[in-house]
Order: sequence, then structure tokens, then C-alpha cells
Amino acid sequence: MSFLTELEAWPAERVRACIEAATVDDVDRAIAREERTPHDLCALLSTAALERLEPMAQEAHRLTRRHFGRVIKMYVPIYISNVCGADCTYCGYAVRSGNKEKRLTLTEAETRRECEVLAAQGFQSLLLLTGEARQAVPPGQIADAVSIAHEYFPSVSIEVYSLSEDDYRLMVDRGLEGVTLYMETYDKATYEKVHLKGEKMDYLFRLDALDRAGRAGARRLGVGALLGLFDSHIDAFWTAMHARYLQRTCWQSEVSISFPRLQHTPERFSIPRLVSNQDLVQLMLASRLFLPEAGITISTRERPPFRDRLIPLGVTMMSAGSSTRPGGYATHGEDTLEQFEVEDTRTPAEVAAAIRSFGYEPVWKDYDYGFAGVAGTGSIS
Amino acid sequence: MTQQTDIPADPLIIAGRTFRSRLMVGTGKFPSSLALKQALAGCDAEIVTVALRRADLNNPGGDSILSVLDPKRHLLLPNTSGARNADEAVRLAKLARAAGCEPWVKLELTPEPRYLLPDPIETLRAAEMLLKEGFIVLPYIQADPILAKRLEELGTATVMPLGAPIGSNRGLKTRDMIRIIIEQANVPVVVDAGLGAPSHAAEAMELGADAVLVNTALADATDHEAMGRAFAMATEAGRMAYRAGLGPERVTAEASSPLTGFLSKA
Repeated sequence: MSFLTELEAWPAERVRACIEAATVDDVDRAIAREERTPHDLCALLSTAALERLEPMAQEAHRLTRRHFGRVIKMYVPIYISNVCGADCTYCGYAVRSGNKEKRLTLTEAETRRECEVLAAQGFQSLLLLTGEARQAVPPGQIADAVSIAHEYFPSVSIEVYSLSEDDYRLMVDRGLEGVTLYMETYDKATYEKVHLKGEKMDYLFRLDALDRAGRAGARRLGVGALLGLFDSHIDAFWTAMHARYLQRTCWQSEVSISFPRLQHTPERFSIPRLVSNQDLVQLMLASRLFLPEAGITISTRERPPFRDRLIPLGVTMMSAGSSTRPGGYATHGEDTLEQFEVEDTRTPAEVAAAIRSFGYEPVWKDYDYGFAGVAGTGSIS
Repeated sequence: MTQQTDIPADPLIIAGRTFRSRLMVGTGKFPSSLALKQALAGCDAEIVTVALRRADLNNPGGDSILSVLDPKRHLLLPNTSGARNADEAVRLAKLARAAGCEPWVKLELTPEPRYLLPDPIETLRAAEMLLKEGFIVLPYIQADPILAKRLEELGTATVMPLGAPIGSNRGLKTRDMIRIIIEQANVPVVVDAGLGAPSHAAEAMELGADAVLVNTALADATDHEAMGRAFAMATEAGRMAYRAGLGPERVTAEASSPLTGFLSKA
């Protein structure tokens, strides 16, 4: 089983036609329905839906409160490596950009130090990231990092290159909770144009990665498209369909969606389709109405005032105090290459205060060592 | 709450422990610790469930939920929500006990994160393991009368059938099965999940449930304290109506002044 079958049933031309054909009446019907179909999703992503953004927002707010309550889960990323063997035209980590002197993989001691600093800030959920570099950071080394992180954080997730099912299982056995993997774009032709080197060129291996992670026992699966590479409304449709597919096939995993949009890119890459604030809000609302029980993460790529305004529209997870450089918290400062420029530079306490000001409770812990069944702080041997 | 003098005191007894309130409160969806505090003040609940995956038992003073609870007034009932199988649930319960919680546990085994429906097979397995470990087990279950009896026979302190999926506010969608569970039970029956309005709580209590558990409806209210009070009153009213003896439902009307009444006066 692969999501490819559903993608092939909904090629870009069909999605585009369905979106363009939608009327305001279709949007109203989609808002009123309890269970929404792919055609409803197209209506919610249409131009006609721009006239109904407020009722969509009200419904998104209602659905999110019903399923998640008024809480926002807090997490923080650690980049354990910025070594990269891929050449993604839009990315600051791409091998082509050079900067060899600014690339490194954290040692175990450095990883431990980064964890100590973040745990002291109150974080209990961590996301470990690497570049596309299986040789520089093999799966066993990522698994070791998961084990180290698990000593400090009950919840450890990864956002790394696509792995085999056995590799994912190795990490789940070490206490891994979640796997996030962005397809970047589901449009195969665009995908091939922007991924020019390395394993990441293998579209299908990446597309099916989260199926493998789910089968390996990962409890949370995160999907997303990098908005701006292709028509963002069509990519949002495919992302939501992928999430629904994963909810059915990996039924024991919680699925979440992110909405990262391209804002800063290397000089050689100009963003083909800029995504406006209104676009982003529409994509988020449509996704929430289609997937009432999916988590929604909003990136530190967004500026604080806008990010805060998104909180009542369906957001369930936020990062704070983030650095996109290896060792950026404690061990290397700004000496290493960053993946992208963080727009929300507020401290965790400031982000938490903003969340409270909107009537939500920041939740630092939403996972327990008892789930993992492996040694960690607070665990029972 | 007021106590009507012609109906004797009617405490809820679970595992030999007496409780005044028949309304239990869950804590997972409140927008702040203040909102939870207000809801608890309004409903005067004694049993308060806390998700172990959320609770920072190693730092209870810094935990926004735990810091609100008063050990003199509230029984902290740790729940195992998020556990997908019996082994996870048992580990969580042991962690809670190791951290100083009483050996009471609300057993929640929800392997599917969308509807959070309980897994009957793993729940039965976990209950058996926990009872052997000396825990007082209050299992959250689908409204399945046979499963309820199986758990009762194992020795669970209550059964906690759902009214509707967690957070759905849909009320007693499982009413017919809950009625059978209540009729057959020798342990307290606590209707848990889906109760979105005080009238739902009253309906469950009128059926003969021993208690109800509410979270979303209180957390979602504009005025948490008033909603807490409304649920407490409804719970008490429903219980009182059940004990007072509700009249049977009839398809046809029954005149309060029968036309043939003169015959019995002859």
C-alpha cells in the first residue's frame, strides 16, 4: 500500500479543476458538513472560500477546541548535524552552498550539552534534525542521539532523511516518539526539478517513509509541503489527503500537519509562487476542517504577531527559542551554518506568555517515559 | 450542596472509600490552571483525574494542574491516557505510584488517537496486571455489558462506560447499553466521556449511574465556575430523581382524573 495510488487518482489537473469549479454554495455546504470529502476540501481551498474565511475560522476554532481543548504543546528543535549530501535548490544546507568550515555533526558530549540547556528552559519535547547525510550521520548515530536526548526529554522526535523500516524501529526501540518528514512538494515534476543530488532524489522512497515509520511504531507522524515550491493550494490538498491516508493506514499514530512556507532562500533560487498570509490561513483552515483530529504545527519561520494570530485557528503545537544551527544553543553559538532564518526569535517564556494571552495553556509535557519502556529520567528499571 | 432531609445521605463508595460528590472532573483540556480552579470551586468535585503523560510528577509544584489540587479535598486519580497497550498503561501506573500517588488508577487504553476509543482486549489485560500489582483500578470502557462484567469479576473498583467519544459533547449515545451495564453491575458505574451538557449528566444519573465524569464541557465553558455548579446540580438532581423513583414512560396518556374513578368509590 502506498499513498501514490491516491496521488495518481488526484493528479494536479483534477485537483485544480475541482478547486476552480467550486462555488460559494459548495463552500457553505463544506463548512456545514460533519464529515468532509475531498471535493469539500477542494471547495475550502478555492477562491470562492475567501468569502467565507471567517465562518471557516469559527468552525476550525470549534473543532480544535473540541478535540484538543485550549492547549498548545511546546517543543524545541536540535540540529545535530548540518552536513548534507543533497542539492535542494531552495535550501541553505544544500551541498552546493559550500561553507565546509561551518558544517559539523555534534559529538555525543555536545548533544548532551545542548539537551541540558534546553531541558533547563523547561522543554520536555524535543525534535532532532539532520541534513540529508546518511554517510556523515548514519542511522545508528541518530539512534544514539535519540537515546541521549531521551535522558533529558520524555518526548523525542526526529526530522531526518528517509529511513528504512528497520532503522525507524531501531529508534522507536530507543524511545523515539515521532517522525516528521516533509515531502516538500507532492508534484513529481517539480520535486525532480528542485532535488538534484543524493538519496532525496528518490521521490517514492520519501513518499512512503512515514508508512514505514508508522509500521515501526512511531506514535506521531508529521507531514507537510514546503509551500511555495509548487501551487500551494494543490500541495495543501495532497498534504491533507496524505494525512488522512496515514490516519487510516497507521491508525495507532497521531498525524500532524505543518505549513512551512518559503520566505528566505539562497540567491540561486527565486520562490516561484509566494504564499501570502491569507493563503496560509486558508490552507490551515481548510486542512483543519478536513482533518478535525490532526495536530497542526506552525513554524518559527513566521513572524511573532502573525504566528500568535494563528493560535485560535487550529494550531496545536509550537516551537520556541529555536536555533537552526548545530550547537546553536550552547556549544557553537553562531559559528555553524543555519538551515533557515528564524523569524520568531522570542524566548520560550515569551512565546508561552503570548499563548496564555490568547486564552490557551502552553503544555510542556504530553508524553511520558512510561510509554517508551526504555531507560530515561524518571523511568522504572 | 443542599441535602433534602427526607432522603437519607447517599454517599458514593468506591473501593471502601466514601465520597460526597458524584461528579468527577477530568483536567486535560482546560485553558489555564485558573480555569480548572474555578471549575473545581463551582462543582466541588472530589475525584479529579490527571493524565500521567501530562503531569510532571517529579515537579508537582511547577505543574500547572497538580498545583491547583488540594490533597485534603481532592483525590488525584492518575489516568493512563495515551497508553496504547497494557504494558504501557502498567508502566505509567507504576511510575505514578513510585512518584508518591495513591495506588488508584483510571485505566485508559486508547490505541487510536482520533476518536480515543478504548481497546477492550488490552484494557482487560492491563486490569488484570494492575490488580495483581495492588492497584485500585477504574477502567474506561466502551459501553459493553459483557466487558463490564468481566472487569467486575476481575476485581476492578468501578466500570466507566463512555456515553459518546471523548470530547464530542454528544451525550448518552450508548444509553441502551449503559442501562444494561447499570442493571447488571455490582460495582459503581461511572459514565465517562461525551457528556456535554448538565442535562446529559442528569440523564445518566436518572438511569442509575453512580457517578459521571466531565472534562470538555467544563473546560470549554465561558464561565467555568458556573458550569461546574450547573453540572454538580444536575448530577445531584439526576441522582435524587433516580432514588425518588421515576414514573414509567407510556405510549398512551394516563388521565390524572380518570373518567371511571367513581366505580372504585362505590
